[in-house]
Amino acid sequence: MSFLEYAPAPESTAILNLKAEYGLFIDGEFVDGRGEVFDTISPATEEVIARIAQADAADVDRAVAAARRAYETVWSRMSGSDRGKYLFRIARLVQERARELAVAESLDNGKPIRETRDVDVPLVAAWFFYYAGWADKLEYAGLGPNPRALGVAAQVIPWNFPLLMLAWKIAPALAAGNTVVIKPAETTSLTAMLFAEILQQADLPAGVVNIVTGPGSTGQALVTHDDVNKVAFTGSTNVGRMIARQVAGTPKKLTLELGGKAANIVFDDAAIDQAVEGIVNGIFFNQGHVCCAGSRLLVQESVHDEVVDKLKHRLSTLRLGDPLDKNTDIGAINSAAQLERIRTLSDTGENEGAERWQLDCTVPDKGFWFRPTIFTRVSAAHTIAREEIFGPVLSVLTFRTPDEAVAKANNTPYGLSAGIWTEKASRMLAIADRLRAGVVWANTFNKFDPSSPFGGYKESGYGREGGRQGLAAYLESNGWEAPSLSAGASAPSRSEKKSRKAVAK
Amino acid sequence: MSRLTVPKTYKLAIGGAFPRSESGRTYVVTTPKGEFLANASLASRKDARDAVVAARAAQAKWAGATAYNRGQVLYRIAELLEGRRAQFVDEISRSEGVSAAAAGAQVDATIDLWVWYAGWADKYAQVVGNGNPVAGPYFNLSVPDPTGVVAAIAPQEREGVSLLGLAAVVAPIVLTGNTVVVVANEDAPLSAISLAEVLATSDVPGGVVNVLTGSPAELAPWLASHADVNALDLAGAGVLASGSWVDLQLAAAETLKRVLPPVSGAPVPSLDRITAFVETKTVWHTKAML
Repeated sequence: MSFLEYAPAPESTAILNLKAEYGLFIDGEFVDGRGEVFDTISPATEEVIARIAQADAADVDRAVAAARRAYETVWSRMSGSDRGKYLFRIARLVQERARELAVAESLDNGKPIRETRDVDVPLVAAWFFYYAGWADKLEYAGLGPNPRALGVAAQVIPWNFPLLMLAWKIAPALAAGNTVVIKPAETTSLTAMLFAEILQQADLPAGVVNIVTGPGSTGQALVTHDDVNKVAFTGSTNVGRMIARQVAGTPKKLTLELGGKAANIVFDDAAIDQAVEGIVNGIFFNQGHVCCAGSRLLVQESVHDEVVDKLKHRLSTLRLGDPLDKNTDIGAINSAAQLERIRTLSDTGENEGAERWQLDCTVPDKGFWFRPTIFTRVSAAHTIAREEIFGPVLSVLTFRTPDEAVAKANNTPYGLSAGIWTEKASRMLAIADRLRAGVVWANTFNKFDPSSPFGGYKESGYGREGGRQGLAAYLESNGWEAPSLSAGASAPSRSEKKSRKAVAK
Repeated sequence: MSRLTVPKTYKLAIGGAFPRSESGRTYVVTTPKGEFLANASLASRKDARDAVVAARAAQAKWAGATAYNRGQVLYRIAELLEGRRAQFVDEISRSEGVSAAAAGAQVDATIDLWVWYAGWADKYAQVVGNGNPVAGPYFNLSVPDPTGVVAAIAPQEREGVSLLGLAAVVAPIVLTGNTVVVVANEDAPLSAISLAEVLATSDVPGGVVNVLTGSPAELAPWLASHADVNALDLAGAGVLASGSWVDLQLAAAETLKRVLPPVSGAPVPSLDRITAFVETKTVWHTKAML
């Protein structure tokens, strides 16, 4: 046994107490859906974990009605401090059931237990804890005096961080005083169902949070429902575009957190070993199923060979396999469909002339797996340098000057995140100023915190999640205007002013 | 015996120059009673696209200017407007058909609006940005950054907004470092072009504010669907054919532009209008573990 071979160390699933079938969570109760029940499987074994109800348009209507009722009769009348207390309760219950949630998430999503245990679930608790404290302090959120909740929020979330994305959506919405109907991704509904149990334990008033499971059509019924006031979506840019069209012309407020093709820029004066760790974390964290993944490595030409050699060496120490094994670094791809997309795009990369290198490791017989992959000799015009792959595939490009690095980094319709590796602070700050991306990680990558706003420029969407900016996405300003400017010929009446507030943002 | 006057030719303002429409088209601008005032340029799709190119070319440098500098440039606009007050009062009263007093009040409001926004240039980042107490050894700062190139439809009412409405749209867009392509009030475009002349002598770099005169109904769809436009201010689009501003929003969705919906009259100066077209950029940097 070499030092790289470890005995299996699987986390036990005995902590789980799963039901065979989960209903929709509407008005505080689990209820049957009218759509066809579907299986949720483990992507690592393809075994069925549980059966999940499917919400049709009538179910969505019921959920929105419950949320509206809860908003009008309970949640909007409750004091901010009581709303906050419910959120604190939820944060504590998540911490108490942390291991169970981590195991369920790894089982259902395929990501390593190391990540669900150390990243996803702790951040879920942190998100609720952070926004809990905001609930009775909304007048300090930067929107002027007495900001108002929007009403019923329709939220649609992706499969890459199922429970974490749920927390990113629900925590600020509830803190701001909205009620919620949320739709988890079709392949990853399980932890949302456990979360519904937590809401029951927390005694959250019925209807404040409603969970409708199902495919894209369920989500579409939700975001197009006439009685929702806010739509929040995280997912692909194409679906984001569709939602932007569906919401156009309505008074619904919209925030979108969409795709990315982040540049991770390594200068020749970077601490190379640290940079290599950051590159690995940037693209192989969560199998690369990360919208802000550092999927385009931009290396200064003079250190290209050194960086790529060290990167391959470092990758060769990664272990791919059972997501529930505590030693696993790379888990399963979330679905057969996603695996197919990664394969197709990787083949395209090779066909277009890029050089493919893949980690030499054994892959389990069952389940969906893709070995960590690096493409060198990639040019800016290659498909794999332009399209989001959403998998463990890194494209390596080179640059000579800082100007070229910035130009290449910004040469994308996306603008979610970017990385900079240099030991020179003045250079780091100058580059950070010029990158068109909502999150810039300097000498680090893929760090998240509830106090830190996250979200994109350009076609990576609009609005922010996290921090007070994330709270603002669920509030409406009561008005802050220029005091007593000469009124001119068109001094507006107060009611007119209000009608001008609808900022589509 | 009266002196023979020298009438002014009103052209477009694109990239710091004052070209005629490439299409060669003009339209007649009249008083509300139908008396001839001028032949204005009737901007075309090509003019709109040229204006976007000019706005894009100017954006990085304008955003890179210091906030203090941008504030002074905006204040300079107010200074120069004050000096040319009589010209604007004359243009507004004739083209809107309002009294000199009403036109004067509109000019005064416009001057004060530039002053108000000028003062925001080096402050709004402190109000809407912040340091973030993340749970880890990181320095983490969120700052606003201009969205990029914004296309705007100035308010289109016949009275009260021909100058003020345009300024109320343009000032909050450009103060943060965005550049703009704005479609002026169709019926009363003269003061908009005169304002562009003021901007050209106010140290506003060429291309930062591009003014098109002509038909918003014709120009807006090209701007809304232009892939190099990052955001859309539909302030004056409410008067377009019923519901057509929704089509503009639909077109904008294709490239996920940020969109401000129509308003009636001149938009009220507000911080909201500034933050509508900025992006929050959050920079994390590691701290050494000492």
